[in-house]
Amino acid sequence: MNFAHRHVLGIKQFNAEELNFILDTAKSFKEINTRKIKKVPTLRGRTIVNLFFEASTRTRTSFEIAGKRLSADTVNISASSSSVVKGETLEDTARNIEAMHPDIIVMRHSASGACHYLAERLDCSVINAGDGTHEHPSQALLDAVTMIQHKGQLAGLNVAIIGDITHSRVVRSNIDLLHKLGASVRIAGPKTMLPPGLERLGCKVFSRVAEALEGADVVMMLRIQLERQGKTLIPSLREYSRYFGLNEKNLALAKPDAIIMHPGPMNRGVEISSAVADGAQNVILDQVENGVAVRMALLYLAAGGEKQNHDADEGDIHEQLAD
Amino acid sequence: MNSLLIKNGRVLDPANEIDAQLDLLVVDGRVAAIGKNLSAAGAQIIDAEGLLVTPGLVDMHVHLRDPGLEYKEDIISGTAAAAAGGVTSIACMPNTRPVIDNLAVCRYIINKAKEQGTANVFPIGSITQGLKGEMLAEMGELKDGGCVAFSDDGVPVVSSELMRRAMEYADTFGAPIISHAEDLSLVGGGVMNDGPVATELGLKGIPWVAEDAMSARDIMLAEFTGAHLHLAHVSTRGSVELVRLAKARGLRVTCEATPHHFTLTDEAVRGYNTNAKMNPPLRAQGDVDAIRAGLADGTIDAIATDHAPHHIDEKNVEFAVALNGIVGLETLLPLTLRLVEQGIIELSQAIALLSCQPAAILGIDRGTLTQGAVADIALIDPYFSWQVEPTKLRSKSKNTPFGGWKMKGAAVKTILAGKLVFER
Repeated sequence: MNFAHRHVLGIKQFNAEELNFILDTAKSFKEINTRKIKKVPTLRGRTIVNLFFEASTRTRTSFEIAGKRLSADTVNISASSSSVVKGETLEDTARNIEAMHPDIIVMRHSASGACHYLAERLDCSVINAGDGTHEHPSQALLDAVTMIQHKGQLAGLNVAIIGDITHSRVVRSNIDLLHKLGASVRIAGPKTMLPPGLERLGCKVFSRVAEALEGADVVMMLRIQLERQGKTLIPSLREYSRYFGLNEKNLALAKPDAIIMHPGPMNRGVEISSAVADGAQNVILDQVENGVAVRMALLYLAAGGEKQNHDADEGDIHEQLAD
Repeated sequence: MNSLLIKNGRVLDPANEIDAQLDLLVVDGRVAAIGKNLSAAGAQIIDAEGLLVTPGLVDMHVHLRDPGLEYKEDIISGTAAAAAGGVTSIACMPNTRPVIDNLAVCRYIINKAKEQGTANVFPIGSITQGLKGEMLAEMGELKDGGCVAFSDDGVPVVSSELMRRAMEYADTFGAPIISHAEDLSLVGGGVMNDGPVATELGLKGIPWVAEDAMSARDIMLAEFTGAHLHLAHVSTRGSVELVRLAKARGLRVTCEATPHHFTLTDEAVRGYNTNAKMNPPLRAQGDVDAIRAGLADGTIDAIATDHAPHHIDEKNVEFAVALNGIVGLETLLPLTLRLVEQGIIELSQAIALLSCQPAAILGIDRGTLTQGAVADIALIDPYFSWQVEPTKLRSKSKNTPFGGWKMKGAAVKTILAGKLVFER
């Protein structure tokens, strides 16, 4: 398939066929991560800049490892994006970096739309590693790889997503991806955390967690971000945990073989009890593992995929995977 | 004697219920006569065949940015944009630097407009000193100095007690209070209309109730004080309904709507278009429909632009960081005429919303072609086709969401006190 996207800005830009292609590509990269020598020459000579305006450990490390395993040169930049601090504009920062000829900029930014903004203004590829409360495409893709790993396919799955929907970019990307690939999405959370228009996006919306969990194949819990939610959305973590947290008792409402996911970092004892987080149904670390393969796939495809590799006289991906 | 004879136009003067093929004679900057087959020896003659001859338009909500923010706009460029839009009178908001809360700034604006401008400029003084929402501005002196109304536009007066006193005090001097109605705690840092589009884009929403709640408070205060309250830029169905009820109950409440709020919905924000970012934000289709209905049934008294020029650097940024507002003076007329073409309002209604009605709210002797009135006149070609090219706007700033739009209707000649100030 001809992958015609230079940028990865969100799930929204992809159709089902393209999403399946990315997922298949990720699957083919997964094996590299379990080898003794975890490196292929696919992106040798390419430069990837991880431009992170928001703190991140998991995603940034995952992108960095993905780039390194593809033999790209990776550079990490942590910057402050405080819009209050008058300084260099985002465009100027990015143009300065672009002047050093990176092939790909992987960006995380606190402003929704920041990656679109950059993509419109730069010549290099832009990969969205999370923009505000808009999208986090690589997370949705790694979630999909994990669901497929455990459930065989996405079509027909009932996925319950529980927590602060309003402030979650993970949810927006997941809703879009899951619907495009045939899964059903149920949403639950306090009404203070449910934004308008979820039904229009095709979700079933519940204010009671039990209703969303009933017969679910996948349960995805979202982090309660104390720094985001402020004081008015929930009275206390104690009450949140009691009415919206996942524990062994309400988990029993889901299918017996339901898997439990969390984009991390977890607040144990708040949105998820330790017993569940560490229980047999959790696939949380599988998500993290799959994240590296997904990001390798995205970097590879954004860098031009097979065609450019022939140009670089490096053979195609399958040969490299066999070496 | 300096005279000008405008022949064969369709003279539309809603204040005097005139709508007919007539000639209009201007002598020494004032309307001398309207009638059939007028002639005047030595008069300069303008053939207005096929054109509308209307009072010069009145835009009661403009940010001129002068003094202090001249990199965005100044009185010269702002009044040039006005003249190109057929607008001969503008009321300018006080959020300049310094604020219009003292006589010196008020006089500076009036004098600069008189000396160098191409439109009448009527300053709106601030309600509170420095727009700080703490102490009342010296409204008496400002009114005497030429201010026509008082507003803390851009920032709501949070304290209900202070708003009560502002209404009482302004009414003492016969000036209306123009309210930017918004409950800031409900706005809560939102950057666009709260709704499905905001959810999809991951942008923080401003719910309609933020406007409705404050509109309701201010209308209650207007009832209590008996003062004249004017609600600026109503953008929600609820606000329109609240004004309708207030009028039915005989309160002195008026309001205005902007072309963008009756033309666009929050769908225009998609793609993180910062030229679709303004305050109040573009709302949902139901709100747009309610504003159109409010214009049709007379609930809404005026169409005003909320012309808010911003430099490209202030818009060419992340959506959440971009400043609020768009320019509007040069697109006011065609966007209003679209409502006529769509059958929502009559042509004479459109002209009234753009001239005598806002003039009456502000208490200024403009917006009519009454014999003896100052000859501020727009000659409008309602079929003039043109395309909005932002770089060609007269305004210093080019922040319009209507770039590339095909427009029908434009002022082809704008006359200020008998003098031609714009010609297309």
